[in-house]
Amino acid sequence: MSVVDRQEWDVVVVGAGGAGLRAAIEARERGARTAVICKSLFGKAHTVMAEGGIAAAMANVNENDNWQVHFRDTMRGGKFLNQWRMAELHAQEAPDRVWELETWGALFDRTKDGRISQRNFGGHEYPRLAHVGDRTGLELIRTLQQKIVALQQEDHKETGDYESRLKVFQECTVTRVLTVSDSGSAAGGSRVSGVFAYDRETGRFFVLEAPAVVIATGGIGKSFKVTSNSWEYTGDGHALALLAGAPLLNMEFVQFHPTGMVWPPSVKGILVTESVRGDGGVLRNSEGKRFMFDYIPDVFKEKYAESEEEGDRWYEDPDHNRRPPELLPRDEVARAINAEVKAGRGSPHGGVFLDVSTRMPAEVIRRRLPSMYHQFKELADVDITAEAMEVGPTCHYVMGGIAVESDTAAARGVPGLYAAGEVAGGMHGSNRLGGNSLSDLLVFGRRAGLHAAEYAAGLGGERPSVDDSQVDTAAAEALRPFSAEGPVPGEQEGRPPENPYTLHQELQQAMNDLVGIIRREGEMEQALEKLADLRVRTRRAGVEGHRQFNPGWHLALDLRNMLLVSECVARAALERTESRGGHTREDHPAMEREWRRINLLCRLADPTGGLAATDPVVGQIALTRETTDPIRPDLLALFDKEELVKYLAEEELYE
Amino acid sequence: MSGYTAHFRVWRGDVGGGDLEDFKVEVNEGEVVLDIIHRLQATQAPDLAVRWNCKAGKCGSCSAEINGRPRLMCMTRMSVFTREETITVTPLRAFPVVRDLVTDVGFNYQKAREVPSFVPPSGLGPGEYRMMQEDVDRPQEFRKCIECFLCQDTCHVVRDHEENKQAFAGPRFLMRVAELDMHPLDAAEDTGLDRKTTAQDEHGLGYCNITKCCTEVCPEGIKITDNALIPLKERAVDRKYDPLVWLGSKIRRRSSAG
Repeated sequence: MSVVDRQEWDVVVVGAGGAGLRAAIEARERGARTAVICKSLFGKAHTVMAEGGIAAAMANVNENDNWQVHFRDTMRGGKFLNQWRMAELHAQEAPDRVWELETWGALFDRTKDGRISQRNFGGHEYPRLAHVGDRTGLELIRTLQQKIVALQQEDHKETGDYESRLKVFQECTVTRVLTVSDSGSAAGGSRVSGVFAYDRETGRFFVLEAPAVVIATGGIGKSFKVTSNSWEYTGDGHALALLAGAPLLNMEFVQFHPTGMVWPPSVKGILVTESVRGDGGVLRNSEGKRFMFDYIPDVFKEKYAESEEEGDRWYEDPDHNRRPPELLPRDEVARAINAEVKAGRGSPHGGVFLDVSTRMPAEVIRRRLPSMYHQFKELADVDITAEAMEVGPTCHYVMGGIAVESDTAAARGVPGLYAAGEVAGGMHGSNRLGGNSLSDLLVFGRRAGLHAAEYAAGLGGERPSVDDSQVDTAAAEALRPFSAEGPVPGEQEGRPPENPYTLHQELQQAMNDLVGIIRREGEMEQALEKLADLRVRTRRAGVEGHRQFNPGWHLALDLRNMLLVSECVARAALERTESRGGHTREDHPAMEREWRRINLLCRLADPTGGLAATDPVVGQIALTRETTDPIRPDLLALFDKEELVKYLAEEELYE
Repeated sequence: MSGYTAHFRVWRGDVGGGDLEDFKVEVNEGEVVLDIIHRLQATQAPDLAVRWNCKAGKCGSCSAEINGRPRLMCMTRMSVFTREETITVTPLRAFPVVRDLVTDVGFNYQKAREVPSFVPPSGLGPGEYRMMQEDVDRPQEFRKCIECFLCQDTCHVVRDHEENKQAFAGPRFLMRVAELDMHPLDAAEDTGLDRKTTAQDEHGLGYCNITKCCTEVCPEGIKITDNALIPLKERAVDRKYDPLVWLGSKIRRRSSAG
């Protein structure tokens, strides 16, 4: 048995972005001793890259805004596939979550009368995004980080130890959620007993024993070649949940943000904030045409301007004009850009033009979009106050995720497991609106922390103990890349180990080309074959050197997660024979009302943990369909019948 | 501009010691130093340790010294160097090395804990805060900080004098004190905490002799010295030596609030 350092905590939070930190704050304030584990340094999580703002119906700029309008916008954006109870809670609680940040020291941009300013964004009927220039995510993460420090200062005063009740294990990676079989459950499932992790700096293993684990690890973008996501986004939490026995929901829905940088090649995919359009920026093709007017889908026809003049008037007089189509939800804009480029009307480097230089004075651009100004100046030699940017779609966000109960953020089927933020599914349906991510992190981060703490407290002394054999297995799995050389059983000679960087590049290329923004049946079948091949080769991924801060080793371990999640995406995308939100099938271009009620759930095909299934047909993932709960009548009543008929099946309308 | 081969020298080693290692590596149009480090990892040195996250100058993880100057690797374009130039990449000098380009930046997290947090004003609930944009402009400048710790690395108070680390919080955290001090609603004073005097007495503001090295390396262009440290020094001095100034500021505050 391996000797591994062990500590006991009440709640362990995996991930230190917005959702993880908000969960940790809540759990600690509810009296749970709480540990946070994150792969990067404290305060560097991907949340810092969020630019535009936090959506919350505070009605500071337009008094007509309220949670019902926000709920409606969110459901429309998600094409009614959203877990409606989550969308309801989110719209209702977001304002409180934003105001609370101010009491922790956040400094948002202000309205003339001194309240929190709110800006326009795609799919939001009113100006709704609380923001700080175009660095809102940084403000959010820093505020939460500083709140954690404030709580640690309180604990220090009382106990003499900053980390007595709330500790951040930075630069550590969790590779397994540990479970014990749950004698109480009829299904014979298991419940959480802790996590197995390693310290990236030293390579040492450790176990945190805890009855409640909150997964808040963010997304999966690093499985795609062109992405706005950082290296951390390897789908760790999705994979941890799968391996612990929890299902993932609707993984086919991946958001390609319409505006990523396209040039130079080394920055391809880096995000260009939607605020550029929210503040007046327009999209043009190589003929100088504002092409978005040609791409307004029927379901949104009544809500968007028909002419450039009307769209331009809307910025000043939103009550008497309709918004410009540049502010359609992201999936619509991304597809339109893709179509323009395909039709040969793209920019020199394969994007389209996004222009603010002819729309606003230079000093206004520099004040409202300082990081965009800086980013283009430094990385592309483009002065956005004088010329147009070139932009194109980039993999940005996964709407699919761990299937959770709406109110508690509890993962389905595994008591003690919770999930919040991007890693959780359901909230955004088939497509997320800009600004709804930061509010999602806060609303459901808090709920996850709250319920995890209550669950842990409710167990009293009856805590599940960690199974030693699971610890041994996890340790062996983590060490495998160091002994990848040598003979493979059943073969004549040893084969050289695979380079994890090469495997990763092949995976990214395959997902980008075969399960990207526009999907086709044959290509996705091809992708599943490629994934099966990569899965086998990844068993031989080897690394040089030792365990101390070894990025090759870290990547070799992350590959397991990326492969699991990529298979979920490919398999679910192949199954859903319609186009909706972040899932576009060239062979099934229409949105089908019958599919609205269908959720696709991914589970591990072999729960005993055999992860090298070489058969692309069987693979590692088993897919099941599930019919969703009907939307509550009082929520349906918020919409006009004429709108509902576009989304809902006949029998749903007249139930 | 087409691709070429560049000469890199990268420090490799750990707490036990190390040395510069030479590499010949391909460079393509538009690339930054971090791209080249990643290419080294993928093709020549898979275990080369480096921190990075966003690769867009927003997270402040990939700090290193490039030809001796503290910089973010993701925001240093290869086009600022000539093709013949040897590019030397070393870890931040003011912090203990962990491995290769990764250093132990724990000093900064320790200092962050020593600055008392924002004190919410009593009597104002969530949603009731009112602040004017012109009053939040100044602290907002300091909140642009991405905590890359380049200012902490370059500041000669600690760069060449390890012994000063105990008493000196460094530019980043003195700026944090200034930020809280300029926050329109921070109620520290009501709890008996005078942030200006603590800057001097507890966070070592007096060590700073305003050479502006911190401002020069700041990738966010924050005027740390001019806008945070100097005003803090002026006010701390007022507090310390001139009770009339102190009294005067108190009275003005009262009347404007009333």
